[in-house]
Amino acid sequence: MCGHYGSGKTNIAVNMALDLKKQRQNGRVAVADLDIVNPYFRTKDSGKEFSQAGIRLIVSEFANTNLDLPSMPQDLYAITDDREMSVILDIGGDDRGALALGRIAPKIIEENNYDMLMVINKFRPLTPDVASTLEVLGEIEAAGGIRFTGLVNNSNLGEETTAEDVLGSTEYALSVSEASSLPLVMTTVKDSLYEELSGKIENLFPLTLQKKPVY
Amino acid sequence: MADKVLMKGNEAIAEAAIRAGCLHYFGYPITPQTEVAAYMAKKMPKIGGVFLQAESEIAAINMVYGVASAGKRVMTSSSSPGISLKGEGISYMAGADLPALVVNVQRGGPGLGGIQPSQSDYFQSTRGGGHGDYHMIVLAPASVQEMAELTVKGFELADKYRMTAMILADGTMGQMMEPVSLDFDVTPPPEKPWATTGTKMQREHNIVNSLSLVPEELEQLNFKRYEKYAEVIKNETRYEEYMVDDAEIVIAAFGIAARVSKNAVNEARAQGIKAGLIRPITLWPFPTAPFKKAAEHAKQFISVELSMGQMIEDVKLATECKVPVTLCNRAGGMIPSPELVLEAIKKAHKNGGVD
Repeated sequence: MCGHYGSGKTNIAVNMALDLKKQRQNGRVAVADLDIVNPYFRTKDSGKEFSQAGIRLIVSEFANTNLDLPSMPQDLYAITDDREMSVILDIGGDDRGALALGRIAPKIIEENNYDMLMVINKFRPLTPDVASTLEVLGEIEAAGGIRFTGLVNNSNLGEETTAEDVLGSTEYALSVSEASSLPLVMTTVKDSLYEELSGKIENLFPLTLQKKPVY
Repeated sequence: MADKVLMKGNEAIAEAAIRAGCLHYFGYPITPQTEVAAYMAKKMPKIGGVFLQAESEIAAINMVYGVASAGKRVMTSSSSPGISLKGEGISYMAGADLPALVVNVQRGGPGLGGIQPSQSDYFQSTRGGGHGDYHMIVLAPASVQEMAELTVKGFELADKYRMTAMILADGTMGQMMEPVSLDFDVTPPPEKPWATTGTKMQREHNIVNSLSLVPEELEQLNFKRYEKYAEVIKNETRYEEYMVDDAEIVIAAFGIAARVSKNAVNEARAQGIKAGLIRPITLWPFPTAPFKKAAEHAKQFISVELSMGQMIEDVKLATECKVPVTLCNRAGGMIPSPELVLEAIKKAHKNGGVD
C-alpha cells in the first residue's frame, strides 16, 4: 500500500488487515509498517485492535516515541520469509519513503504473489490531476524497485467529504487508471457515506477511521 | 466544496506563502515542520522560485536576512530547537528593520525535547527570543485554514511595519489535515525604497545594518522602533471571543488549546455553567482589551496551555489581577483533553472565583 503522504494509505491498510483477518480466521495476517518518513499517524495507533484481532504488527520499536528515527522493524524479514503469512505493507509517503520497500522488493517479486496498490486522493494539493499523480507514481516505483498493480481511489476532504465529492472524483480516478494502465481496484469511503454511495460506484470499500481527535 | 483541497497545516503554510508572493524559502528539516520544506522543495523549482536547504538553521535565517534586505518576500520555518538557533538572526533583522516571515511549529522542550506538540515557546516568541529591545508580530492559527490565511497576513504585516512576523503554531496544527480554501486576497508588497537593489548610479547607497557606532543614535533608533510597535499594538491586535458576554468563567487559550477549550465551553454551557473563551490570534500584540472588559463580569479566568504556564502572565497583566487566573495545562508534548478543561471550569464554578 503506497501513496503520497496524506492519501489515507495507513487508514486503508488498517481496515484491509482487519477485513482480511475476518476472511482468514485461521491464517496468519500481519501489518508491516515500513513508513520511515512520517513519525505520526502510524499503524501502531491501532496496536490494541490488532492484538485483539490476532493480527501481527511488524513495526519499528521507535514508532510513536519521541525518537524520530527512519528505522526498520527488527522482524522485517518475516514479511518475505514466512510465505504462509498474508502481509499488508504500509509504505512511507513518497519516493524517499518507498526506499524502505526497495530493501525487500526483490524477495516480493521472487515470490510473485502480491498486489502493489497506489492510494490516490484528488483533493491533495500535490496530486490534483492525472499528470501530477503519474509523476508521484513513477517516483515511488523507481525508488521502491517494484511496479504497481492497481489503484485505490480514496479521494476525500476529511470530515467534510460528501457523496458528491466522491462521485466527482471517479472521473479523475478512471483517467489515472487509463493513463497508467492500472486497474481501479476499489474506491474507499468513510463508513458514513457507504450506504449513500452503494451501487453508484463499483468495488466500494467502507473505512472505519482509526482515531477520532480530541479537538 | 469543489474548490477546497485537503491539506496538512504545514503544506497550507507553504502554499499560502507562495500565493503571497514568497519566492524565496530557506529551511532545514526538523519534525514536526518538515513538510513545509518538503512542499517548497517540490514547488519552488516549478515556479521559478528558490528552495534552499541550508547547512544549518543559523545559515538559513541569515539567507532570509539577505533576501529581506533586497526587498523580496522571504520565509524560513523550523520547530522549537531550530528557532532558538535562529534567535541571533531574528534579532539582527529586528535591528535592521527587515520584514520576513518566520514559522515555528512548536514541539515539546526544553532542549531537544520531543516531537509532540507544544506551546512552550510563548515566552520566546512574545518576549523576544534573541537579544535586545524588539518585538515580532506573533500570529497563532487554530485551524489549517488559518495556517494559510495568517501566513498571507504575516507577510502583509511584516511589509507594512518593516518587522519580522512569526507564525506560532504547534505540532498538531502542522500535522493535522483539514479542507482548505485557497481563494483569498493577497496585498502585493509595497514599494521598498530602502532595499539594497543596486543604485544603478541613480541614487545614494542604501545600507541595511544593525550596527550603530554612536550610542545616542542607537537610542533614537530604539525609541523610533517602539513608536512603530505602539502603532502595531493600536492597529493589529486580533482575537476571537466565544460566549464571553455573560461568562462567569472565561478561558484564555490559543491554537490547539482553544479548539479543545471550545468543546469544554460547549459542554459546560450544556451543564448550565456560564463559560466563555477568548482566543488571542495575535500573541504579540496581546489582546488586552477583551480580557480587561471580561474581568468586569467574570469570576475567574483559566489559562489553558500546552506549557507550564506562559500566556497566563499576560492574562494576569491584562486583567490587572482583578479576579483569580488559574492554569489548566499539559506539558512535554501532551494535549489537555476537553474533560480536563471541563473539570477546571467546574472547579472554578464551584469555588465561585475563589482561587
